[in-house]
Amino acid sequence: MKKVYAKEELCLNCRLCEVHCKTAHSRSKDIIKAYKYEDPVPVSRISVYGDNLGSAAVSCRHCDHPKCVEACITGAMRKDPKTGIVSVNESKCIGCMTCLTVCPFGCIKIEKTAIKCDLCQEDGEPACVKNCPNGALVYLEMGGGKA
Amino acid sequence: MSVNYIPRRFTVVRDRDLCINCGCCVRQCSNECHYFTDDNEKVVVNSDNCVACHRCVDLCPTKALRIEKYVCDYRDNANWTPQYQQEICRQAETGSVLLSAMGTPKDYPIYWDKILLNASQVTNPSIDPLREPMEIRTILGRKPEKISVERKGKSKTDMPPQVILETPIMFSAMSFGSISLNAQKSLAMAAKKLGTLFNTGEGGLHPDLLDYTDCAVVQVASGRFGVHKKYLENSRYIEIKIGQGAKPGIGGHLPGEKVNIEVSNARMIPKGSDAISPAPHHDIYSIEDLRQLIWSLKQATDNKKPVAVKIAAVHNIAAIASGTARAGADIIVIDGFRGGTGAAPTRIRDNVGIPIELALAAADQRLRDESIRSRISLVAAGSFRCSADIVKAIALGADACYCASAPLIAMGCHMCQTCNTGKCNWGIATQRPELTKRLNPEIMHKRVENLVNAWNHEIKEIMGGMGINSVDSLRGNRLMLRGIGLSEKELEILGIKHAGE
Amino acid sequence: MLKEGQVRIPSGCAIAAIIDKKGGMINGSEIIKSISLMHDRSNGLGGGFAAYGIYPEHKDDYAFHVFYENKGAQQQCEEFLFKHFNIDTAERIPTKRVNNIENGPDIWRYFGRVNRVRMKNSRLLEAEYVVQCVTKVNAAYEGAYIFSSGKNMGCFKAVGYPEDVGELYMLDQYDAYLWTAHGRFPTNTPGWWAGAHPFNILDWSIVHNGEISSYDANRRYIEQFGYKCTMQTDTEVITYLFDHLIRHHGLPTNVAADVLTAPEWDEIDRMNDDEKEYFTNLRSIYSGALVNGPFSVILGSNKGLLAINDRLKLRSLTAATKEDRAYFASEESAIRIICPDPDEIWSVSGADPVFIPLEIDDKEGE
Repeated sequence: MKKVYAKEELCLNCRLCEVHCKTAHSRSKDIIKAYKYEDPVPVSRISVYGDNLGSAAVSCRHCDHPKCVEACITGAMRKDPKTGIVSVNESKCIGCMTCLTVCPFGCIKIEKTAIKCDLCQEDGEPACVKNCPNGALVYLEMGGGKA
Repeated sequence: MSVNYIPRRFTVVRDRDLCINCGCCVRQCSNECHYFTDDNEKVVVNSDNCVACHRCVDLCPTKALRIEKYVCDYRDNANWTPQYQQEICRQAETGSVLLSAMGTPKDYPIYWDKILLNASQVTNPSIDPLREPMEIRTILGRKPEKISVERKGKSKTDMPPQVILETPIMFSAMSFGSISLNAQKSLAMAAKKLGTLFNTGEGGLHPDLLDYTDCAVVQVASGRFGVHKKYLENSRYIEIKIGQGAKPGIGGHLPGEKVNIEVSNARMIPKGSDAISPAPHHDIYSIEDLRQLIWSLKQATDNKKPVAVKIAAVHNIAAIASGTARAGADIIVIDGFRGGTGAAPTRIRDNVGIPIELALAAADQRLRDESIRSRISLVAAGSFRCSADIVKAIALGADACYCASAPLIAMGCHMCQTCNTGKCNWGIATQRPELTKRLNPEIMHKRVENLVNAWNHEIKEIMGGMGINSVDSLRGNRLMLRGIGLSEKELEILGIKHAGE
Repeated sequence: MLKEGQVRIPSGCAIAAIIDKKGGMINGSEIIKSISLMHDRSNGLGGGFAAYGIYPEHKDDYAFHVFYENKGAQQQCEEFLFKHFNIDTAERIPTKRVNNIENGPDIWRYFGRVNRVRMKNSRLLEAEYVVQCVTKVNAAYEGAYIFSSGKNMGCFKAVGYPEDVGELYMLDQYDAYLWTAHGRFPTNTPGWWAGAHPFNILDWSIVHNGEISSYDANRRYIEQFGYKCTMQTDTEVITYLFDHLIRHHGLPTNVAADVLTAPEWDEIDRMNDDEKEYFTNLRSIYSGALVNGPFSVILGSNKGLLAINDRLKLRSLTAATKEDRAYFASEESAIRIICPDPDEIWSVSGADPVFIPLEIDDKEGE
């Protein structure tokens, strides 16, 4: 499946991926409204770790055998057998944080429910990839991610 | 000293309604203008160090930033302008020579803007470049006096090495050291795609660029950095740099802090040592010495590489160009005084040399008067801002043009003129790894390639309008030019008529 | 108003030519008939002819045709010519009154050989000596203009329609094995006799239709080699290019033609190795001699007739053959009117010169 890959040697630590992820997952899809006026405040699904000398953006790997799905106690977390995308059914999720503790990449956040990368399915290309100014995020078929 | 008597240059204005405090600006500014408040909640700005490079402006996701000139009036004085006063204060503080970067910003005449181009009407059809082949292929190198043929269709001429370019636009010398490897690599990749050449400057050839030797010009300058047999062989032609338009008569100085291990290897000098190129070549004190160096370089490469000589446009340029041609140079490069630099003494940059337009016109005419223009190639350098400048240069007599500032701007340069500080936020004129990685050659070579392709299209469009379908017929075709608002003397030197004539 | 030579004047034209490659004679009335059919392609501001083989009794002498605008000019010019050449005949060129042509200069011709002593002292080859003498007169003596300087050939030209010019010079009295003709449509000019075509130097004569856009590139190229383009016309510069390539560089006529109308790079890139090398070398060495923009040119000489067309075929030029004769004209009708049933007739394509070599030996003076 196509996934988002980070090239750390190109990552600028500008964190625009976070800004655009947050916007893409807001109600208004508008940066300023998303940051200043929406309640609840939308959450970025991608996080940049590091500093200007070395940084990388981390987001869900959509593992072949996702630990989060195995561990989910309500069945809210599931991997789509067709697309391979790992997603949360928010109506089922009770925010127990089990997924968060088992994720080997630290890619799940919890507000009221679990929040994670959905590869921006509606927009074709994930917002983080589209808006990276240095080509440090790529969206492609590469195999791997077999956690 | 705590007070430096010099007001700041710019103010960064942050629109609080737009700012989302994402901190992108904080992380991008190498001059540390932006920072978070202690609680990490809010981004604030201190404009003192702002150089107006626009990195923060361009990357801000909400376009919340604007840079303004900091206006602080002095009492009016047409003579003692604020700039002179400030420069005096700076020298009073440091006791040193003022340094600047890029081409002179002074308001000297730009003759490109005072020359108009011709187009065909009625008596001669203009040519549609979309319908007809429009040739811009350019061949550099020494030409024999005449062809010898066995018969029509069979040449028996022993041609000296020729360099075939698919565009008359080349990238001028910028060394690895003065610019980042990523910047140089972007130029090399673009040159390869475009069928043109990039130039190593006096920085040696980094091993990462060995795939691009067929589009490399390798420079031999007064410091002889990085010069060895393989280096000379890894090229399309060799360029002896005598002078640079931005700093005629002045050598170069790459400060030790920019000489990291990579630069040190490419230049073959100790890491951290200052790389000093002397003002003259200490083995060229006259024209006959130049002849020997040209000869040696040709010998070292089995006569397989043309040798170019780059000279700065100075007052006696016509005679110097002629002497250089006679000393054996296959290609003469003339660099006008508006040309760029990574660092030059301000006084030199702003006061020494002459514009490329006049130098080119004078040298081309002199070489023709001496019947040797068709035997050698003439390359013009020194600030070409658009395709029309290139067309005008070719019509004045250039075979090809060297461009550096334009491709740098394509890669992000905003002419902040502080290359010498090594803090280039665009990853161009710096060796700091956290900054150089901002310039991704995969992206940037494409932008440079686009730029040159766009100019190529425009050149073809302009040529078509003139009824010319080969750049060969544009070269030296001064009847295609008319001056506007120029004096008799200027017209005479440029060898063109006034508009309306 | 500035005269031709002081200012560059673009013009359109009609051209025509006939050659008998075995040297058979053709009467002047034929070429007049051909060119006059294309009356509308000229505007009465210039017409002319070149004829080869017309002075058999003087065939080893240079034949100088000269326009004089005043007596003073004639005096100066003759003094010069008599000093530099051993002139044995000096006479007015016979003309007759023609209604449509007026205010002409006095037209003279001189036959003679070079003054060997002066030539030796000048250390020039004969051809170069003659060229320099002609250039000197035309540049230095106001009001005198040598418009023809070959051997056993001559140019006849005037301000007027070509058919009137033919009548003026009574060309039906001349027989030649090679004729070229020209009718001119300059866009603005007070009309200057010397500005009419053909343009001639030594045995080369050129008629040309078009306005070349490479003019100044070509002019500045050729002026490197001692030529001075005093007329500022395309025809002059093309003549000098051929003269330089053929006489100074010793190129065969068809190679010289390749220089002027070299094929496009697209085409060269697809050629076999020999041809690719040949054309790449040509274009590299002679980039300044590539002629661009619309033109059709007919070059006459004692070697034969060369017809070339611009690379994009922006100007018309038709060729035809009938037995020993070859015909060229801007329009096919101008050929058919004198040769209604040609063996072959075709449109000369750009970058594909047609050369009809003369198969008789008439190369003295080279």
